[in-house]
Amino acid sequence: MYKNIRKDDASRAVIVHAVLLSYTLLALYPVFLIVINAFKTRKGIFSDPMGLPGPKTFSLEGFTKVLAKSDFEVYFFNSISVTVITIGIVLLLAAMAAWAISEYEFPGNTVLALYLAIGIMVPIRLGSVSILGLIVDLGLVNTLTALVLVYVAQGLPLAIFILTEFMHQIPKDLKEAARCDGVGEFTIFFAIILPLIRPAVATVAVFTMIPIWNDLWFPLILAPGDGKQTITLGVQQFIGQYVTDWNAVLASLTLAIIPILILYLIFSRQLIRGLTSGAVK
Amino acid sequence: MAHSTRPMTDWRKAKLPVFAFLAPATIIYTVFMIYPLLDSIRLSFYTSVSGGDLTFVGLDNYRTILGDPGWSATFWNAFWNNMKFFAVHMLVQNPIGIALAAVLSLPQLKLRNTYRTLIFMPTMLSVVVVGFIWQLILSPVWGVGPEILDIFGLKSLFGPWLGKEGSALITLALISVWQWVGIPMMLIYAALLAIPEDLVDAAVVDGASHFEVFLHIKLPLVLPTIAMVSILTFVSNFNAFDLIYSVKGALAGPNFSTDIMGTLFYRTFFGYQLQLGSPTLGATVASLMFIIILVGVLFYLFVVQRRLSRYQL
Repeated sequence: MYKNIRKDDASRAVIVHAVLLSYTLLALYPVFLIVINAFKTRKGIFSDPMGLPGPKTFSLEGFTKVLAKSDFEVYFFNSISVTVITIGIVLLLAAMAAWAISEYEFPGNTVLALYLAIGIMVPIRLGSVSILGLIVDLGLVNTLTALVLVYVAQGLPLAIFILTEFMHQIPKDLKEAARCDGVGEFTIFFAIILPLIRPAVATVAVFTMIPIWNDLWFPLILAPGDGKQTITLGVQQFIGQYVTDWNAVLASLTLAIIPILILYLIFSRQLIRGLTSGAVK
Repeated sequence: MAHSTRPMTDWRKAKLPVFAFLAPATIIYTVFMIYPLLDSIRLSFYTSVSGGDLTFVGLDNYRTILGDPGWSATFWNAFWNNMKFFAVHMLVQNPIGIALAAVLSLPQLKLRNTYRTLIFMPTMLSVVVVGFIWQLILSPVWGVGPEILDIFGLKSLFGPWLGKEGSALITLALISVWQWVGIPMMLIYAALLAIPEDLVDAAVVDGASHFEVFLHIKLPLVLPTIAMVSILTFVSNFNAFDLIYSVKGALAGPNFSTDIMGTLFYRTFFGYQLQLGSPTLGATVASLMFIIILVGVLFYLFVVQRRLSRYQL
């Protein structure tokens, strides 16, 4: 009888793994297909699309073309600058606001917290007409500053929300001890609290980063010009122009995929912990 | 956010620090998010005459978009396409997400974290990149699509799905589902893990199978999470743009069959071909999108969530 149960369990495990493996294949194979074909000759891409690049089909011509005909390194630099600067500002400003909301009792505390949470649900894109007007008035069209300002506003609501929840868990004794020693409120925040939020930093950084790095909308309307494109817009414009050049298209997609893949594999643990800890509730 | 029982510091002892902590975030958020949203709504009641001066026109813009035969056909086409786009997500993305979460949360599953990490991967890619990946794979020129279908003996089913009026929108919606299925999977997986074990154990002792336990005990308990996933899907679908724009351009072809609210907003704002762009009409489309999203969110908050709250532990 026990034998039967074990047999059942074994066959069930096989089915479960078959289901998960097929879905994993469905999720990864399309990406894999693009990446392997980026390393082939044009002939190789069409004669044997599903095969790995071999000695006869291996070629880097796509990458050479992309690097020669577009400024991919500039796009990368733009995307990285915008993303890193935005994450830095969002983390600092959100931590400050979250600390004030969770630590001090002031009139309108709850109302302010709710006001700052509106942006979690309402997409900032709906204000694009006025945002463009504002950026024109400020003389910031076609600058990365414009993107940073908009992305900071976009990232703050969720960051403040996550960090406020996190600040509630900071033990009281720490800051009370500091207060008894006569340490000022600014020092308490910058010297004691800020270092303590490190575990939440990865979660906030990831949630801020994904929508910014992948955004097409704001680069398209605020900074579409030469030399200011982000990688997402750069790929979109490049492919629009060289749509029939398969080597170049596949190589440009691969160049856009690889950095994100590496970042994801490094940070997937933090990201998944952030997602599953109920941070998005 | 109700932590009212927690002792807080009186702000009067630290007026300057409290102000300094709150001001920067509140100012940037207000100037670049709340003000533009409100100003967009204001602009929808104006029209710009030559020279950029604004004239108040009341509800005329709304009458144009909803009443003018040409405009209203375009608007309702985009609206219903967007509803179809959302329906595909609800009917395909969320059930697959629930099923994957259920399988991943089975006890004693090996390689759980590896599967989870790999299945979530497409969610990290840019929508633009995902759009192009599938455009290439589904391209009849390359022939990878038919070749893959041939493995399953389904080669004859292949067609230029992205190019046909009848199938382009559904195909794009399925591409979007492929990318985003990781989100419902993760959130529902987390909710399933949070279910206390003794609830499940009691049923297992009574001889219930894994499937019965899932259907009768776990699923009702994660309904609030499923509802939350649904409203997140609704908001992001009615705000979508990148995928359609990168695969089909601003004209959302063929013959506007893939036009959704986001692409309509873009065309109205910036113009296309012979039609001039109009910031005020664009603001009107944005305001209508805002109303649609607001109705969805309020429905969720006051109808769905209230009804589901009794299931919560």
